[in-house]
Amino acid sequence: MSDGHVFSLFGAELTARASGVLWWAHRRVLCVSDLHLGKSDRMVRRSGVMAPPYDTADTLFRLQNEIEALAPQIVICLGDSFDDLQASDSLDTAESACLYRMQAGRQWIWIEGNHDPGPVEFSGAHLAEYSDGPLVFRHIAKAEAEAEISGHYHPKAAVPVGRRHITRPCFLYDQHRVILPAFGTYTGGLRSDATVLWDLMRPGAVAVLTGETCNVLPMPRG
Amino acid sequence: MSDALPAALTDWFTQKGWQPHAHQLQVIEARGSSACLVIAPTGCGKTLAGFLPSLADLVQGPHAGLHTLYVSPLKALAADIKRNLRGPAEEMGLDIRIEDRTGDTSATQKRRQRADPPQILLTTPESLALLTSYDDAERIFSGLKRVVIDEVHALSETKRGDQLMLSLAALQHICPDMRRIGLSATVQDPEEIAGFIACHPTPCQIIQAPPGPLPDIAMLQIDAPAPWSGGGAGYAIPQVLREVAQHNTVLIFHNTRAQAEIFFHKLWQLNEDNLPIAIHHGSLSRAQRERVEAAMVAGALRAIVCTGSLDLGLDWGNVDLVIQVGAPKNVKRLVQRIGRANHRYNSPSKARLVPANRFEVVECVAALQAVREHDLDGEPMGPGPRDVLCQHILIAACAGPFHADDLYAQVMTAGRYAQLARADFESCLEFCATGGYALKAYDRWRRLLQTADGKWQLRDPRAAQRIRMNIGTIQDSDRLKVRMRGRGGRALGEVEEAFAATLVPGDSFLIGGHVVRYEGLRELTVEVTKQRGKKPKIATFSGTKFATSTQLSQRILKGFQQKNWMELPAYMRDWIALQRCVSLLPRVDSLLVESFPHEERFATVVYGFAGRNALQTLGLLLSKRMEEAGLAPLSFVATDYAVMLLSLEPLRDAAGLLAPAGLRDGLETWLAGNAVMKRSFRGCAVIAGLIERNMPGQRKSGRQATFSSDILYDTLLKYDPEHVLMQITREEARRGLVDFDRIEEMLRRSAGRLDHKELDRLSPFAAPLFLEMGRVPVQGAAEERLLAQETARLMEASGLNKIVMAPLQ
Repeated sequence: MSDGHVFSLFGAELTARASGVLWWAHRRVLCVSDLHLGKSDRMVRRSGVMAPPYDTADTLFRLQNEIEALAPQIVICLGDSFDDLQASDSLDTAESACLYRMQAGRQWIWIEGNHDPGPVEFSGAHLAEYSDGPLVFRHIAKAEAEAEISGHYHPKAAVPVGRRHITRPCFLYDQHRVILPAFGTYTGGLRSDATVLWDLMRPGAVAVLTGETCNVLPMPRG
Repeated sequence: MSDALPAALTDWFTQKGWQPHAHQLQVIEARGSSACLVIAPTGCGKTLAGFLPSLADLVQGPHAGLHTLYVSPLKALAADIKRNLRGPAEEMGLDIRIEDRTGDTSATQKRRQRADPPQILLTTPESLALLTSYDDAERIFSGLKRVVIDEVHALSETKRGDQLMLSLAALQHICPDMRRIGLSATVQDPEEIAGFIACHPTPCQIIQAPPGPLPDIAMLQIDAPAPWSGGGAGYAIPQVLREVAQHNTVLIFHNTRAQAEIFFHKLWQLNEDNLPIAIHHGSLSRAQRERVEAAMVAGALRAIVCTGSLDLGLDWGNVDLVIQVGAPKNVKRLVQRIGRANHRYNSPSKARLVPANRFEVVECVAALQAVREHDLDGEPMGPGPRDVLCQHILIAACAGPFHADDLYAQVMTAGRYAQLARADFESCLEFCATGGYALKAYDRWRRLLQTADGKWQLRDPRAAQRIRMNIGTIQDSDRLKVRMRGRGGRALGEVEEAFAATLVPGDSFLIGGHVVRYEGLRELTVEVTKQRGKKPKIATFSGTKFATSTQLSQRILKGFQQKNWMELPAYMRDWIALQRCVSLLPRVDSLLVESFPHEERFATVVYGFAGRNALQTLGLLLSKRMEEAGLAPLSFVATDYAVMLLSLEPLRDAAGLLAPAGLRDGLETWLAGNAVMKRSFRGCAVIAGLIERNMPGQRKSGRQATFSSDILYDTLLKYDPEHVLMQITREEARRGLVDFDRIEEMLRRSAGRLDHKELDRLSPFAAPLFLEMGRVPVQGAAEERLLAQETARLMEASGLNKIVMAPLQ
């Protein structure tokens, strides 16, 4: 089975990869959303909850695998890359080095998200949104937008299998937009039957489940 | 009367025209003991016995502040004791305050109690733990003389009991001469319970009341034979209704809430005389439960269909029959349930058993024998769970700075922690302080700091509020409220979140005896409408399933070895005889495995008699091993008695499949990634304080903000598999949901002896397994395949596959 599902948005041929990144082969653009780096650090700072502090390394490790496999020219992080602005300080030497290695030799774009609304420590362009060809990249989808790539909602979808459901993070897309799943290790999800996602996605929208392989299904709408 | 009894008490007994029971006098004589365990059947003044030493003390003169603490697992019991104790106290001329303090007590009242404690305070383990977490705990408890622990037999089986004993260890430090009295129903091993409540190493004295008359207990005579499988017992309803009509008040016990709901529903369909029958279980709204309890006290009900929610609690004198529907699973609990009938001393309790299927008939007969022979079961207590210890350390830190040496010494006075190794204590302390991670530490944000004098304290005192909000060890699965749709819709009860997730609008299910239609989820509430007369489409809640105890399983196995088991009805004897003729009967000292072809599949049945949880785990492990052996397993189903696996290829090497080393290896490696381990982990992580159930000003707005505990488990398994919480989870897997100890027990008793019967068709004992619900599809490769199939089907059904499969250029 392939490790991606290919579809087209305003003439751009895009691949939703099983890992949760979006690949635009023609322009060699890798797009990833909601990394939430430094999540465990923010949790302990804000609430004293000491979650296993391995999420940042794990997220970076999985991203690095995708970057090595695809060798993108441009990497677009679609916002909420850091769990908050302070969280970017929390990366240890090894984690920072990993990020720098990935950034070397390619263009890196940080789109601002609601968790990281300003510039972060790391190099790269800091933008509210970014356009390339027909496509516009932003953190939160706008209702009337077209050819839009966004994140923010952490969509997930549930498929009934036998007497239970298998729920996984997913891409959602229709003819107008794509919403990316969250890539960060410590992220939850919003089920695709939530009203806000229902309102954004048009009839005929498709969900691409991430995981070991991609599974494609009509967007479950409850 | 005894000289030990002060005059005021002797007079009171005389006034009442009562004679103190022997065990009540013994308690008075033993009032100097550091700890004392009273074992007595229900209805013979056990609670009064617990309070007599306190009353004897208090009549001697006024006592400033708290004198006696009473702890029970039920809030309702605390409230009830308050009412029942005030009478005697007044009659003895005592000018004391008796108050309860539970989750239901108002904040004002709680503040007042802290400032000016009553002489007798009635509370629960959680409320007590909370009290010990305050920095003025020493002042609140100074002067405390005695503590009465009610329903010790029930508490000793749960983490609530472990928490209570740790709290008492802390209190004992504040009040060195505090004396303990435990009150227990009849138990199999009194020494063990005594060890549980003792302040180690000081021993605990045991006082045993005579056991009372033998109960009148038998199978309910039912005309129809028991069905082959299932747990509904619908076939018994006409007879059950007849019993209800012939008695004053009947308690009809069930093992699960789902079974209680279904039985109640069916009961009312045949209840032509409209006998007032109600339902009571832990998922119903509190208001509804209280209505039922009030109606019961008022004598307005003829029967209550109930679950373990009525195992403990208030004495209802007019109950004259207990009916147990479904196999009792555990002799001790059966005896306690029987005791709910007839709360009068020295009159026999009456109980009838209703097996729901054929294997349960055997189990019921075995249980009846055990009751007659006073052979109660009980798994030996293991060491105290360390997740509870982690919470205790945090509670201690809330109360104030402590020395690790002192706390360790305190903890070791609690029976189940008496053998706790210092290193195991340190790992818990380290977890509380820094998270205890191997590769990276939260040094900047540690929760506990060591001061210059070596004491541990909270880094941020504000953390105390969060810790206090999460005190407790009751492992509730996440529940959602169920309400009637519409403004101010009536609350019906709760369902598990996992159950709610399987519902689609239009589904109907049973709750509180009503069939309701699922309409949708709104602000974390399940909205439903009434659906009259419809048959529910979906079974209600998953719920806990008790596993048949080791002793009871062994009795069943021994029963099979009798030439002719005369206590069984004729149709059962025929069934067993046929099994003996076609295959073999399972034995204690050997493991019976059958394999046979069935409808183009191959079935393998292992008669493990190790209880449902262990056999479920065995099913998981065996299906994995069958996959490795190329047998292509498809699914399995487990009961308390056997596990059956279906595969595409036949099993030839049963001994290889069941090799102990392979099974243990599977537990260590493959099972580690399984959902049941994740569920165990979640329980431990919540208790130990890694996951907070409650947060100040909490509001779940966007669900994407929270992520599941499974992710934490996966992360630890990958990066820190020796973390203390992973160790605790593995310890937990020896029992409970995973119950690997029972698999070990099965391997031990069969000691490699295996009877593998290769049959040409299914055996009489295997037949019911094909009718069992709850077949588990094999995970792994098969699950991915099913997912791919289902998503492809959905794409095709919607016509979307034609559009998206051919990308536009």
